[in-house]
Amino acid sequence: MSLTRIYGLFLRHFYLITRSFPRILDLVYWPSIQITLWGFISNFFATHTTYYNNAVGVILTCAILYDFLFRTSIGFNMLFLEEIWSRNFTNLFIAPMRIGEILTSLVVTALIRSLIGLVPAILLTSPLFGISILDLGIFLFFLFLSLYIFGITLGILVSSGLLRFGPSFENIAWSTMFLLAPFGCIYYPIETLPEIFQKIAYVLPLVYIFEEARNILINQTVNIENVYYAFMWNAFYFCLSIALFYYSFNAAKNKGTLINMGE
Amino acid sequence: MKNLIEVQNIKKNYGKKEAVKGISFNVEEDEILGLLGPNGSGKTTTIGMLLGLLKPTSGQIFINNLKLEENRIQILEMINFISPYIELPKKLTVKQNLYVYSKLYKVQNIKERIDYLSEKLRIGELLNSITGELSSGQKNRVSLAKALVNEPKVLLLDEPTASLDPEVGDFVRTFLEDYKKEKKISILLASHNMNEVTRLCKSVLMMKNGEIIDQGKPEDLIAKHGRTNLEEVFLKLSRSKSEFN
Repeated sequence: MSLTRIYGLFLRHFYLITRSFPRILDLVYWPSIQITLWGFISNFFATHTTYYNNAVGVILTCAILYDFLFRTSIGFNMLFLEEIWSRNFTNLFIAPMRIGEILTSLVVTALIRSLIGLVPAILLTSPLFGISILDLGIFLFFLFLSLYIFGITLGILVSSGLLRFGPSFENIAWSTMFLLAPFGCIYYPIETLPEIFQKIAYVLPLVYIFEEARNILINQTVNIENVYYAFMWNAFYFCLSIALFYYSFNAAKNKGTLINMGE
Repeated sequence: MKNLIEVQNIKKNYGKKEAVKGISFNVEEDEILGLLGPNGSGKTTTIGMLLGLLKPTSGQIFINNLKLEENRIQILEMINFISPYIELPKKLTVKQNLYVYSKLYKVQNIKERIDYLSEKLRIGELLNSITGELSSGQKNRVSLAKALVNEPKVLLLDEPTASLDPEVGDFVRTFLEDYKKEKKISILLASHNMNEVTRLCKSVLMMKNGEIIDQGKPEDLIAKHGRTNLEEVFLKLSRSKSEFN
């Protein structure tokens, strides 16, 4: 692995973001709107239902966590799509970069993109709604880390599809998170889902992450088991995504997708 | 002379379709080899295989005596490619693009390299311009700078002067001639501009339907086929119903 090459690819996206005010605005705008909207919904439920009476920040906290996941996943896909849109894809794949270097660079860049959007949104929650996500304590770090890994995993899976099937896979890239969201139990407990859906939800890390966030905020207790299961499933899907990316890269070399990607 | 490119009986099939049907050729150091053929003859597929973007169905490729299949990264460090069908990131400045690619190719003295290429390719005044806002001729010279940023031993050119006006086209050809002479590099040139090929190439390969149907020095091919220029030879061969059809 070459840090110089990883830094080089990071720079390509860093220059792109910093050169364009609309791009920075786009990164900050959506999370802030999303959090503001969920903040008001959260306030409404806090005063009109008993379930959240003891924890007014539950919905908003889950909204922030979900947005982080969404931004990480979409951010990763965007980095890959940028290369296709700018017809730079071939240049990138004829540069002497290892797959691991490309992925590492995109993983770091996606994190920075997500944080650019998330930090202002988090800062908004305290003065506007009197809620701090820091109430999750030290476990906030583990929940964010878990979401970050899963977001990156989804990004790598979608990028594998782009490599294998070309730009026609772009629409799938945008819809992945929406497909998984119902099974993630982001705003409701898993018992809300029909039994068959619960079985699907239990093999995703999301349900453990959001169940644990609610557990900490509502019951003021920590269930380490949830954190453990989230990381276990994350490790499984992450390894699977890396293997699939390598498989797709080789399949693209057989099929010729790499040379036709920009056309 | 040492062969920098050695292609040994490479084939590429897409399912049942045979895009390249077992071709072999070498490109020596300090040589420009022309790759000619009508659209769909297998030129781009061949270049794709040389760049490691396509995996040959069978056969072997050696660049500077290294087997491509086993030394992809090491080989990519010493080759580069230019084509009007690929572009540099449009929103970045020329200087940023060259800097990024210098990092990807681990160029040691980036500033000196960019200064050298800027002077040689007359892009000094463009360095702070947005790449996407350049004219075709300017973009072409910037792409060429990117392709030379790693001081490649092997340069693959796919229609390098397509869509350029005659003045810029001539500038690029002259530059390539001088650069090849100075650095002793090997160039594989795929082009539909027969005057360009006649001027630049020591020898040419004529491809059709995935096969090499003729090869030799431009002047020898012209004499062999009883024509007055390479374009006429190209037309004769591409229109003929050869034994390969």
